[in-house]
Amino acid sequence: MELLLKNGYIIDAKGESYGDIWIRDGNIAEVGKDLIRPGQSVNLAGKVVLPGLVDLHAHLREPGQEGKETIATGTAAAARGGFTTVCAMANTSPAIDTPLLVDLVKLKAREQGWVEVLPVGAITKGLKGEEIAELGLMHQAGAVGFSDDGNWVQNSRIAHNAMKYAAQWDLLLISHPEDLSLSADGVMNAGSLADKLSLKGADAVAEVAAVERDIILAEATGCRLHLTHISTAGSVAALRRAKARGVRVTADVTPHHLLLTEELCAGYNTLAKVNPPLRRKQDCEALLEGLLDGTIDAIATDHAPHREAEKRTTFDAAPAGISSLEIAWPLLYAHLVEAGHMPLATLVEKMATGPRRIIGRDLTLAPGERADITVIDPTSRGVVNPAEFISKGRNTPLAGWKLAGLPVMTIVQGEIAMLNGKVGAGLAAQPVAQVG
Amino acid sequence: MLSLEALSASELWELLERGSYFRERLDKGEKTGKELKGRTVANMFFEPSTRTRMSFELAAQYLGAHVINFAHQGSSLVKGECLLDTAWTIEAMAVDCMVIRHGTTGAAKLVANNVRAAVVNAGDGTHAHPTQGLLDILTIWRHKGRVEGLKVVIVGDVLHSRVARSNIQGLAKLGAQVVVVGPATMLPDSADWPVEVETDLDRALEGADCVNVLRIQKERQEQGLFPSQQEYFKFWGIDANRLTSDMLLLHPGPMNRGIEIEGRAADGPNSAILDQVTNGVAIRMAVLSMLLERSGH
Repeated sequence: MELLLKNGYIIDAKGESYGDIWIRDGNIAEVGKDLIRPGQSVNLAGKVVLPGLVDLHAHLREPGQEGKETIATGTAAAARGGFTTVCAMANTSPAIDTPLLVDLVKLKAREQGWVEVLPVGAITKGLKGEEIAELGLMHQAGAVGFSDDGNWVQNSRIAHNAMKYAAQWDLLLISHPEDLSLSADGVMNAGSLADKLSLKGADAVAEVAAVERDIILAEATGCRLHLTHISTAGSVAALRRAKARGVRVTADVTPHHLLLTEELCAGYNTLAKVNPPLRRKQDCEALLEGLLDGTIDAIATDHAPHREAEKRTTFDAAPAGISSLEIAWPLLYAHLVEAGHMPLATLVEKMATGPRRIIGRDLTLAPGERADITVIDPTSRGVVNPAEFISKGRNTPLAGWKLAGLPVMTIVQGEIAMLNGKVGAGLAAQPVAQVG
Repeated sequence: MLSLEALSASELWELLERGSYFRERLDKGEKTGKELKGRTVANMFFEPSTRTRMSFELAAQYLGAHVINFAHQGSSLVKGECLLDTAWTIEAMAVDCMVIRHGTTGAAKLVANNVRAAVVNAGDGTHAHPTQGLLDILTIWRHKGRVEGLKVVIVGDVLHSRVARSNIQGLAKLGAQVVVVGPATMLPDSADWPVEVETDLDRALEGADCVNVLRIQKERQEQGLFPSQQEYFKFWGIDANRLTSDMLLLHPGPMNRGIEIEGRAADGPNSAILDQVTNGVAIRMAVLSMLLERSGH
């Protein structure tokens, strides 16, 4: 199929300019001005054209937890949110810890997915932290990286071996940094509010200590380490020091840890229960500063859909997690870009270029590149309305929050997966006259 | 003899030449030597062993010695006797030479420091197995006609292998190029060892003259050093397709067929594995005769 994107404002790692992009057979065939080409054409005047957004951290829940989400619904939510590629976390049932299960996720994604799915394999068998999983065979099967997400590899000897083992093929290990002996069953950020609510607190040091250990092991082994959803000022400082001395470590932060604080847990609001927990204002500020100065490389959603009934319980019993694939971009566009905290180009760097670099899938909007493209409308406005979510998970404490710069088109390998918020297969066949 | 580390190149050659001489005697069917007539060799095996123990026993017998065997099972050791008490007790029975296999690094040295009898280390922990190193080098030398300048690749759990350590010490001293290859979790730091370290098997095997395949122990999986037998075989298993016709294939045994070595390779034309066993008897004849000559009557 052929598609001409006309008059958009194009932003990628190489720069910004007005222009046209002609897509043919899944790839960008031509970039220029005033192009006239056969096939469909869409006028993107006033719209911004970006390399497809990449989410390094999403829970698609399949296999085994299809009540919460499926590859079909999760990738539809991703397409609606402007993502062209999603890294699917390994903590499914069973966990993705063998090459056969990597194949299964890829196969399902090919058949039912709306965007590209890159499976993340487990670091240890069954995420138990005891024996290294078949990292080499899973890598050959197409695993993009390895993570025991939800669990940190508590045993430092196993973590050390896993990093040594991963380093021999330059594999990416994605760490959920949380020393369980320190977080000690905490359900929200430790401190006076947790004490007042009489909820068990997870101390920030549980994360910082884990971050520091992982950095030390990565430095010793040369392993490529990615720290996911860091949430504390201490982690940002540790990361900054590690990068300054040349350790191969990268990190991401979630939208909710950037924007929300522990106060949301008041009233035992289970929608605000997430792991790592929402922290304090000074942590949000440190995370934003880390993003701006390059200490933090990417923003990832940690999209964690749960059934409504699962969250309708006590704070202790509720599962942790927030559903956020559909709102991550427009939420941050409204509260970071429009609010003047971050230039648009930086948000593009943190949600497209940066995560792509981490997984070795750099993409500039140039001829010959794969046509994974997100188009946003900088003038659009909206509010978070979980009832409209395509995701099965409507669990978010952000209902009613302002949105802006909404994605209006998601193009995955040259095919339109989302148009004006609608995800579907017929979109490509329809004449595309107006967007937005 | 506790390790090959203390031996000079000329001492190694003396043993290899003597080993080669005994190998020729064995090939002629001569099993009634008199070199150790009237001497007593005690095989003290605190760890299970088949080929090493039998080969020391036969080596001593072929040279005319008395041999006594001590095995961990059913010994006074299970009654709590300590290693040195056991050694002194056996020495008190007028034993001239003790062959010691023990699971603890330094065990043979501890005994050697405390008895007058000659002591041969038949494997101590992960530290050294000098007669295995010698028999591997003897096999290489007899097949290739030289040792210096050969590229010898040692595959597997090098870090925890006394066989690898003794091979490396001997080969490096005799001028061979040693490359070790295996999962990164099982390899030493090349800066500290006289070897090149590689994790990619195909790259390691390029231009190799000899490939020595180490046994993979199942418990290393539980220790988190490698994920599974399938993955190990896929990346570091030796199958016949990976060998060119001039590569000599060695394995100290016992083999895990289908894990670190494919049956077709083990039984194929490259294999010197059974030859190693015969050379094992010959080299132990050489070691025992030399030690007991030196210690005199």
